Amino acid sequence: MLIQSEEQKIYIRNVKRRKYIIIFTRIIILIVFFSFWEIAGRLKWIDSFLTSTPSKMFSSFIQIYNEGTLLTHISVTCFETITGFLLGTILGALIAVLLWWSDFISKVLDPYLIVLNALPKVALAPIIIFWVGNGITAIIVIALLISIVVTIISILSGFREVDLDKIKLLKTFGATKLQILTNLIIPASIGALVSALKINVGLSWVGVIMGEFLVAKEGLGFLIIYGGQISQLDMVMMSIVILSILAYLMYELVALFERKVVGKNN
Amino acid sequence: MIKVEISNISMNYHSLTAETPALADISFGVQEGHFLSIVGPSGCGKSTLLNIIAGLITPSYGKIVINRSADSSNFLKIGYMFQKDQLFDWLTIWDNVLLGLKINHCITDKNKEMVKNLLISYNLWDFRDHHPRELSGGMRQRVALIRTLALSPEVLLLDEPFSALDYQTRLNISDEVYEIIKKEKKTTIMVTHDISEAIAMSDEIIILSNRPAVIVKHMTLEFGEDFSCPLKRREAPDFRVYFNEIWKELNGNVNSK
Repeated sequence: MLIQSEEQKIYIRNVKRRKYIIIFTRIIILIVFFSFWEIAGRLKWIDSFLTSTPSKMFSSFIQIYNEGTLLTHISVTCFETITGFLLGTILGALIAVLLWWSDFISKVLDPYLIVLNALPKVALAPIIIFWVGNGITAIIVIALLISIVVTIISILSGFREVDLDKIKLLKTFGATKLQILTNLIIPASIGALVSALKINVGLSWVGVIMGEFLVAKEGLGFLIIYGGQISQLDMVMMSIVILSILAYLMYELVALFERKVVGKNN
Repeated sequence: MIKVEISNISMNYHSLTAETPALADISFGVQEGHFLSIVGPSGCGKSTLLNIIAGLITPSYGKIVINRSADSSNFLKIGYMFQKDQLFDWLTIWDNVLLGLKINHCITDKNKEMVKNLLISYNLWDFRDHHPRELSGGMRQRVALIRTLALSPEVLLLDEPFSALDYQTRLNISDEVYEIIKKEKKTTIMVTHDISEAIAMSDEIIILSNRPAVIVKHMTLEFGEDFSCPLKRREAPDFRVYFNEIWKELNGNVNSK
């Protein structure tokens, strides 16, 4: 332990205190928000049929849990999202490598990528349902389609930002294109890769929920649509809250991965 | 013995609107162990010339002979040093200096030992497990030089290697790099726009004209025994004389345009 001056100790204490205050305030906001919601619902300031209340959401939660289907819904949605996310990331990264490798292919495909990027992929959903069937596969394909184009574009632009002199350096060593890719391009673009992952987490959720709206018989997206159809807004709200928590957890997982990988390298 | 022979190199750049001649009939030779600098107005094609010597660009006309062989795969005979150190941030200093050997699949115990000795003799061994960001600009440039030397190149090509450093570091590091190069007895060609740096380090200087570049003057520098390193050379009485001579040549050329 180093000997610290009084000034240094005060500085550290202030930094820590600020950190705790920020976390504390976040929690307070959450509690106040839900309490106010509950109170406003009970005192009939708002119509609790339309807005639900935390307590109603909770009883809806318990009810579905007791029916034994809640975990199925959650795990189906998680499975679809994670599969879509991984497929989108891996395929997107592979295509980005291909486009980096061949300037010709990349130039040729450029306008098509722009069109695909601008196109709302959900518009393809009816066709996909016909092609791959009315089920989980269709949902995963929709999630994959939504995330893959952005993945390709952001990873490829990461690849292209690598300093040209570094490529030249490897060429003076006599490196092959594959060696340049593995020794320089990929490690240098880890940052771009991880930020593509972060965008993909969000996009995969969008794709999965959209897909479930259209075809599903299970999953949180199905619960939301079903709840709306039978005017059970408690169920809808409860599903949205669970969805928020899951999306947050998955984002944190990617952030953890980022700290482990990027933190080590940079 | 002449180590590098550049004969009748011409280079034209093509674009859809025009053909730009960059180099016109450049010929010169570098003696083994000599330090030659190329100076010239900016944009005259100095770096292009260096890239041609390195084998990274094929000239429109002319050839490069290193060690009396005109084989175009000169890669293993030349070592290239850049303006920025171009160290890989995600590798340790040790992995950085071994990079060239790794690419060529020749990480042998003997080579490792050689690189280790280089690091030890230039005071970088203690930093082998550090990452480049933890080192100062001068140290990083020294690591970059050792990374180049690890492949035992016969000719070193330096492309304005100190211009990204602040003035003080620049003077010190050019002194250190000079010593390393002389100790390892490497034939060196350096491109620079800094006249004093060229005079302080070189045995010979080539002055290029504006585009399309031709050799205006090829001069040999003689300093006495007392002025053995770049820093001392800057104090030599002849330093001013050479400086004025080059200055005049460069300006005369620009003005005549």
